[in-house]
Amino acid sequence: MRERIYDIALKHPIWILLASIILVILATAGAKNLVFKSDYRVFFSEENPQLTSFESMQKIYSKSDNAVFIIAPKEGVVFTPKRLAAIHKLTHESWQVPYSTRVDSITNFQYTRAEEDDLIVEDMVFDPTRLTSADMPALTELIVNDPLMRSKLISPEGHVSVVNVTIQLPGINPVEEGPEVVSKIREMKTNFLSENPDMDLYLSGMIIMNNSFAESAQYDSETLIPLMFGVVVLAMIFFLRTFSGTLATIIVIIFTIFSTMGLAGWTGFYLTAPSISAPTILLTLAVADCVHILTTFFYELRHGAEKRAALISSLRINFNPIFLTSITTAIGFLSMNFSDSPPFRDLGNMVAAGVMIAFLLSITVFPALLMLLPIKVKPQNTENSDLMDKFSAFVINKRNILLPGMTLVILSMVVFVPLNTLNDDFVKYFDKTVPFRQATDFMQDNISGMTSIEISIKSGESGGINEPAYLKALDNFSGWLRTQPETDHVSTLTDIIKRLNKNMHADNPAFYTLPESRELAAQYLLLYEMSLPYGLDLNNQLNVDKSSTRVIGTFKNLTSNEQIELEERLYQWFADNAPQYNILVASPPLMFAHIGQRNIHSMLIGITLALILISALLGIALRSVRYGLISLLPNLAPAAMGFGLWYFIDGQVGLALSVVAGMTLGIIVDDTVHFLSKYRYAREQKNKNSHEAVQYAFASVGRALWITSLVLVAGFMVLAQSSFKINADMGLLTAITILIALVVDFLFLPPLLMKLDTTPRYENQTDSTKGALHEPSSKNN
Amino acid sequence: MNLQAKTINWLLPAILLASASFSYAETAEEKGLAIAKQTKQSDIGWTDMTAQMQMVLRNSEGQESIRDIRMQSLEKKDDGDKSLSIFDRPLDVKGTAFLSFSHPGEADDQWLYLPALKRVKRIASRNKSGPFMGSEFAYEDLTSFEIEKYTYKYLRDESCGTEQCYVVEQYPVDEYSGYTRRVVWIDQSENRLHKIDFYDRKNSLLKTLTYAAYQQYLGKHWRPDMMKMDNHLTKKNTDLIWTDYQFNTGLSDADFNRNSLKRAH
Repeated sequence: MRERIYDIALKHPIWILLASIILVILATAGAKNLVFKSDYRVFFSEENPQLTSFESMQKIYSKSDNAVFIIAPKEGVVFTPKRLAAIHKLTHESWQVPYSTRVDSITNFQYTRAEEDDLIVEDMVFDPTRLTSADMPALTELIVNDPLMRSKLISPEGHVSVVNVTIQLPGINPVEEGPEVVSKIREMKTNFLSENPDMDLYLSGMIIMNNSFAESAQYDSETLIPLMFGVVVLAMIFFLRTFSGTLATIIVIIFTIFSTMGLAGWTGFYLTAPSISAPTILLTLAVADCVHILTTFFYELRHGAEKRAALISSLRINFNPIFLTSITTAIGFLSMNFSDSPPFRDLGNMVAAGVMIAFLLSITVFPALLMLLPIKVKPQNTENSDLMDKFSAFVINKRNILLPGMTLVILSMVVFVPLNTLNDDFVKYFDKTVPFRQATDFMQDNISGMTSIEISIKSGESGGINEPAYLKALDNFSGWLRTQPETDHVSTLTDIIKRLNKNMHADNPAFYTLPESRELAAQYLLLYEMSLPYGLDLNNQLNVDKSSTRVIGTFKNLTSNEQIELEERLYQWFADNAPQYNILVASPPLMFAHIGQRNIHSMLIGITLALILISALLGIALRSVRYGLISLLPNLAPAAMGFGLWYFIDGQVGLALSVVAGMTLGIIVDDTVHFLSKYRYAREQKNKNSHEAVQYAFASVGRALWITSLVLVAGFMVLAQSSFKINADMGLLTAITILIALVVDFLFLPPLLMKLDTTPRYENQTDSTKGALHEPSSKNN
Repeated sequence: MNLQAKTINWLLPAILLASASFSYAETAEEKGLAIAKQTKQSDIGWTDMTAQMQMVLRNSEGQESIRDIRMQSLEKKDDGDKSLSIFDRPLDVKGTAFLSFSHPGEADDQWLYLPALKRVKRIASRNKSGPFMGSEFAYEDLTSFEIEKYTYKYLRDESCGTEQCYVVEQYPVDEYSGYTRRVVWIDQSENRLHKIDFYDRKNSLLKTLTYAAYQQYLGKHWRPDMMKMDNHLTKKNTDLIWTDYQFNTGLSDADFNRNSLKRAH
């Protein structure tokens, strides 16, 4: 059957090529259905408990995606008539931002005060043209010391201020709505900067972050993919010294990527920041099959074989190993289906499908192309095989040092694995070149962090938030939260109620307290709500029947563990001080804080399953339980060592890295497969002892292994250049793991085999079909 | 501004030309205004009115919350109407009374009596655009209709249910309004409002108010039993259910002042 596949390819290369071009075009047409989803919510599955909490929080109150203008005078404070006028204007224009529902700034803050029996409710800065420098000290005092504004809308020093625009995207056309908002906001920024050259303006907020996902992904595909192609072309020309072979490989890679992405479009996938790295990863993986076929092909050619015979021979030798390695790679990527985060499942499925497509193309289109393209070889006796011989001699001679030495190295790296800390800080998903990161860092340094936690406190009865006992508890909680070391700001209803109580008593500061009766609190709120303008109502902190309120805490930049610990402290406070109230705690940062851990737990199951499957496949392919078991060590060790080394590189593990072990498993197993199959073949078919078999294995696949590994490492190192940390870390750790795997396969596996496999000679086996994985080749005769 | 000036530039000669050649030709603006005047005119003479209003607030999850309010209004010929709202439910605000004198073209006078404080407070605020008692109705949606509060533009005729309606665009004069415009459907037979679309400050559709179950009182005044406001953005909605309409109950200015507020409950 398989003979027939490549037979046709070699006999009718043009037909194969035309047929595949048509199929690839048909598949690629599906790419028109691919849309990029930039909403951060795509990272969470529908059943994710933190997402569920957050969505119910949003249903009780109001949705709270936002865009933030951060206004920073280059010198001095924002409190000058001219600067306040600029903020006033920006605030006013912000109502024109598409899908905006609310705008909060120091100028439209609803300031209440009393004059005899009048309650005056008006914008903090109502008419900026009437402001003079003489008004500034009093205004500064009022704004900077208001608990609702300080460290939220204004820095305590008064040198940075924020205009926060709440956005409610309808979600009807998610691909266009976000960019529509962003383009309006950027236009406003440009205008603001040209009108106010004495000030800087930065953009932050969830809407900007979503957009940064899209822009980082676009930037990556515009820069990284061409770079990858460059790396692959250079590496192939350098190592294999063939132009035609390189061209054929590039065509296979392009076909693979186009048809994979096209099929993803046909089958209803959408793209996300992580899954957009599928082409980059495929680009690297598709090279390996071609390199193996080419290496053997050229070997045969150099030894005088005719082109067609050389190709047939190469395909016959490589068919089983590359089929097996494709399957194991696919299984590794399929393990990502256990991820809690849908974009990673998509990435896994897309790459798994692509790897199988690459396999199909490598045994059809690739030989067809090689048949058609002119191939020239210089008859040469490669110095590389001498190098490999020297290397195998070294490994065999020093095996008694290498085995304990490598064991020690492995163990000493693995012990550092638990020292990695779990962290998913979505701000740090972007590197410092991304404007969103710069803006958010600036905001963290000057006003408040991006970490927010929302706490909904349920009184359990309609209107129950007016109950003095409830308000007391709310006030105590808010006060306690403010004293926590990580807190920047607490937004709470009790600040408003206290202020109203003071207003109702002729602004007497002695009445800045909670009202004594439920009715009084309710009537204050009624009065206050009657006098608020559109968009500045209390519906963002009160639910419809006034049975719950929402407190929003803003905190310094916290790691995932610190956030989870803070969350536990919040629950503990209520358990200790107000157990009668049900609370709901949620927020986007908290969702990210939990996802790393959830993902690691779910991925552990996936990796275990993948490992069992892959080991079983190896056992079957090598027809030996013994080799299956031996292969476990070199397959498992590299990922563990990689994570150990990661402690020294970064030390923080999150969503992205939790999938690396699974996906590298499938890739690194290839090296073991190739090495073990050659070793076993030498032992059983050629009746060699373990030393000779190691030598044979090095000589036959050593070169192909280090070339493919280096191409893979180079490829994933390109991915590591992504400005999107999830992809960059994933690329870097994968590259490290593949490199370690090569070292382990070269320095640890052979000494291990020589140690365990002590039978001097196998009985000469007559059953020559037993070595189904690897058929005799002429190259080592 | 620019656009308006341009419009007038070509509009004026056009109007002059049109009025020279035809005996009667109305611009869309004039027709819109005429319809508004006709609507106001057709309801004149109700003198005073009392009614029970129930608000049913629903969030996107369908959770409900109910407010009960007694309304009293006094017709004023030369100024905006006066109205007194007395809150009965939720119980926490029972007895709270809200008095307002509507003034076309300027901020309304508003007072609130808080029974828990036993004080009348005047609210000095230009804001009319915020939600009324947390509902989807803004205070400005509930105040009396006065010609001077809007400028107008007739759009088209359109059938509305079994009736034929004028569709008129109304532009709020008050710069603190939460809307850029309202599109109003008024039936041609009885000048009843059927539907209003509200467009927010960035001119996108925010809410739709529909009127239902009109009844005629005193052989002249049509009042709906039901007004339903749907917020398209938040998916929240509020029903206003009116009962017990009474006209000519003998209310006078004396029932609409600061002292009457305290007596209201």
